[in-house]
Amino acid sequence: MLRAAMTGAARSLARNAASVQPARTFTIAAVASAGSSSSAAAAHDDEEGGSFARGLFSGRIRESQVFPFPAATILNEEAKSTLQMLVDPCAKFFETVNDPAKNDETASISKEAWDGLKEMGAFGLQVPEELGGLGLTNTGYARLVEIVGMHDLGVGIALGAHQSIGFKGITLFGTKEQKAKYLPKLAAGENIAAFALTEPSSGSDANSIRSRAKLSADGKHWVLNGSKIWISNGGIAEIFTVFAQTQVPDRKTGELKDKVTAFIVERSFGGLTNGKPENKMGIKCSNTAEVYFDDVKIPVENVLGQVGEGFKVAMAILNNGRFGMGAALSGTMKAMLAKSAEHAINRTQFGSKIKEFGMIKEKFAQMALKIYATESMAYTLAANMDRGSNDYQIEAAISKVFASEAAWSVADEALQVMGGIGFMKAAGFERVVRDLRIFRIFEGANEILRMFIALTGIQDAGKDLKEVQAALKSPISNFGVLSQEATKRIKRIVGVGHDTIKGVHPLLRGPAGLVESQATAFGAAVDSLLITHGRKIIDQQLKLKRVADAAIDLYASVAVLSRATHALNSGAATADQEVLLATTFCEDAHRRIRRNIASLNGKTTDGSYARIADSIFEKGSYDISHPIGF
Amino acid sequence: MRVIVGVKRVVDFAIKARVKADKTGVVTEGVKHSMNPFDEIALEQGIRLKESGAVKEVIAVSCGPTACQETLRTALAMGADRAIHVPVEGAAYETLQPLAVAKIFKKLAEDNQANLVLFGKQAIDDDANQTAQLTSALLNWPQGAFAAKLSVEGGSKVKVVREIDGGLETIELNLPAVVSADLRLAEPRYASLANIMKAKKKPLDKKTPEELGVDIKPRIKTLSVEEPPVRKAGIKVENVDGLLQKLRTEAGVTF
Ligand SMILES: Cc1cc2nc3c(=O)[nH]c(=O)nc-3n(C[C@H](O)[C@H](O)[C@H](O)COP(=O)(O)OP(=O)(O)OC[C@H]3O[C@@H](n4cnc5c(N)ncnc54)[C@H](O)[C@@H]3O)c2cc1C
Repeated sequence: MLRAAMTGAARSLARNAASVQPARTFTIAAVASAGSSSSAAAAHDDEEGGSFARGLFSGRIRESQVFPFPAATILNEEAKSTLQMLVDPCAKFFETVNDPAKNDETASISKEAWDGLKEMGAFGLQVPEELGGLGLTNTGYARLVEIVGMHDLGVGIALGAHQSIGFKGITLFGTKEQKAKYLPKLAAGENIAAFALTEPSSGSDANSIRSRAKLSADGKHWVLNGSKIWISNGGIAEIFTVFAQTQVPDRKTGELKDKVTAFIVERSFGGLTNGKPENKMGIKCSNTAEVYFDDVKIPVENVLGQVGEGFKVAMAILNNGRFGMGAALSGTMKAMLAKSAEHAINRTQFGSKIKEFGMIKEKFAQMALKIYATESMAYTLAANMDRGSNDYQIEAAISKVFASEAAWSVADEALQVMGGIGFMKAAGFERVVRDLRIFRIFEGANEILRMFIALTGIQDAGKDLKEVQAALKSPISNFGVLSQEATKRIKRIVGVGHDTIKGVHPLLRGPAGLVESQATAFGAAVDSLLITHGRKIIDQQLKLKRVADAAIDLYASVAVLSRATHALNSGAATADQEVLLATTFCEDAHRRIRRNIASLNGKTTDGSYARIADSIFEKGSYDISHPIGF
Repeated sequence: MRVIVGVKRVVDFAIKARVKADKTGVVTEGVKHSMNPFDEIALEQGIRLKESGAVKEVIAVSCGPTACQETLRTALAMGADRAIHVPVEGAAYETLQPLAVAKIFKKLAEDNQANLVLFGKQAIDDDANQTAQLTSALLNWPQGAFAAKLSVEGGSKVKVVREIDGGLETIELNLPAVVSADLRLAEPRYASLANIMKAKKKPLDKKTPEELGVDIKPRIKTLSVEEPPVRKAGIKVENVDGLLQKLRTEAGVTF
């Protein structure tokens, strides 16, 4: 029976497995293997313990990074009470000293606020205490940037560009000497840091940068030339993490090839200048500037990581920094919700408070669902990173995409609830809307991250398939040595059994069942994409987008289930509300996932979309005859 | 010179107090607590004296349950040098009264050779306004209650300015002395995040009332704690005559 069932789908799967290779032309997809892939992951990240999102692509539910809710246990009592003590003064600072409207208007951070931030220790939140920082964990950092996000995203970016990406490379890859030399002044805010990757001709395609560093004749310096664009803190930073092409001998042939290398560059080296601050739509108080390098002499000891490994360094920094965005934006959303809820409760129209109207209620429910999911993912991610997991890059990308889009829609709807007042500057909504827009663009544009989520997952699923293929050639002799992963995969392919979520509270069994069935359907859909398209799947962007969207919804669903389970098990005061939020989220997500999966195989208008777009690009405009003829 | 500052852990000023069902007190469980605001002012003044060089050491003291250690950590983060926690738990804490606390401070002031004991003028939970005065009496030290200004004069005196009805009163006290802080003595600083982290490493000792040889049994019995009566809705009068009429007939005012 089993054998017979295996013939159809399984055999064609196996046939195609060999042709599914990592897409080399798409650099972002290569990040998965260049960065911290599953093979490099901590012991904890084994088959069963690995990334939940990664497992999904093989139709698996790997619970250990999601259940029990990691954020609930990551802080011991002492860490918790210390963090609690930090929350109040941080909030008070933003309530009383910093003025976001003024920062926005003057496109600068007031001196009082800047000095206050320094004094508070806000520039070195995660720098080890012995190097002058606060030594916070990722969870601790997340909790504090949530407060920043509640009040002033411009300040958030100034602080984030400094420590979340600016000098993160030094903390992740720096030598002992580099850390000792740079971190104390950076932590004190005496020196500001920036992360300089983007160039005029190289944005999302970061591997294509043209800045170049050449080794000096005496081998003591790298001489850097080139320019960077839109560098946050570019005009005020002293320490730059800079990425440039370098000639590196190929390991096998010895032939020289261009490879990216990361450098720590001090403004004081000379030859580094910057353009004037960009005039931006939002996060105005955060400095953004071009940075130019003219024969900048960098001592060889200032290479960050290994020569030629710069792309890996850049991606690791960005991956590592993403959790903070989810936390900060959940703060932003909570602030927006609170302000608009006050209005909804008090504003009367047609003789009723507007909170009584169904369409207003729907908006607040949507806001709460989005906040709940954003928080759940951000803190799960931070906690997993704190536990030493290295296998989190898909989750980090999911969290970034979800948070940035959730915040955009929450701010938009909160403004809508306010009516005309929301459109007035004084109400403070339009600033937040402007500030939020950048989050979908930088630190990996959401389109790129969707490709990354889908391709990284699919690439992994493709690898698994090779093992399945080998086993299928002579099933009897090989089944015994198959990994658990591959065995389950085969079972699922032949339709016997799917994974269940074991850690979920009985009250949440219903929504958990929805997630389980969609996880299985998702795995099958990924397999079927591999069968149909093989490596050419990379060209099917709209299919990849649906895969990514389904993965995002699945991960978010599981994160909220885990959090609500924890609320129930710990007798949290808000447990009932959390069950409602989690259940509703899963039900909504279930419908979206089903639609996305269905349109992977079914009829779509994708082809028509491409033709419509192509006809536009031919003319460069909407060149359709006018309704009245002219 | 050594200063002891009393820092009480109280229900946060922004919380609306609710009376417990059994009317023995207010609900404290699951309610946000923080340092008594007047104690914060006293502590700030102590730290400023230290920063000015007049004082060598500032010791923060809190009597109460384990959670008081959070208050003491805040005191350390603001700039106190060390802290002493006097654990008093459960029922004993619920009936801990100013006299017992004053006895504890008397003993600690003697044991630690303090020259100055600072308190907030009152705690915002029981509003007793007694601890500083009782401590002064038990120690037989001079007192300066409701200080709006405090300065050390030479090494042996402090000058205290008090806001009294109709003006300011300036008094000079011989050290050692007990002073309680009024609202305008000093604006307390925010503890910086960095100092909060550093405070984890500052010494925090424990001294039980038994070790101090202090009897903390209550001398006052609370019979009942009640919510303030709810204000009845008012009425609108039509005009001045209506008002006079009501005043005469209902409020019993005679003109
Ligand atoms: C305010 C601000 C601050 C910034 N701070 C920094 C900083 O500190 N350091 C730094 O290095 N950079 C910084 N950047 C640059 C930022 O990271 C880039 O703007 C971002 O990576 C996108 O690159 P790009 O603007 O060149 O857009 P492009 O890469 O040209 O993309 C344009 C559009 O095409 C889409 N697109 C591109 N490729 C694909 C594809 N293969 N499939 C589908 N869609 C695609 C993108 O998603 C986007 O919508 C900042 C930018 C801004 C605006």
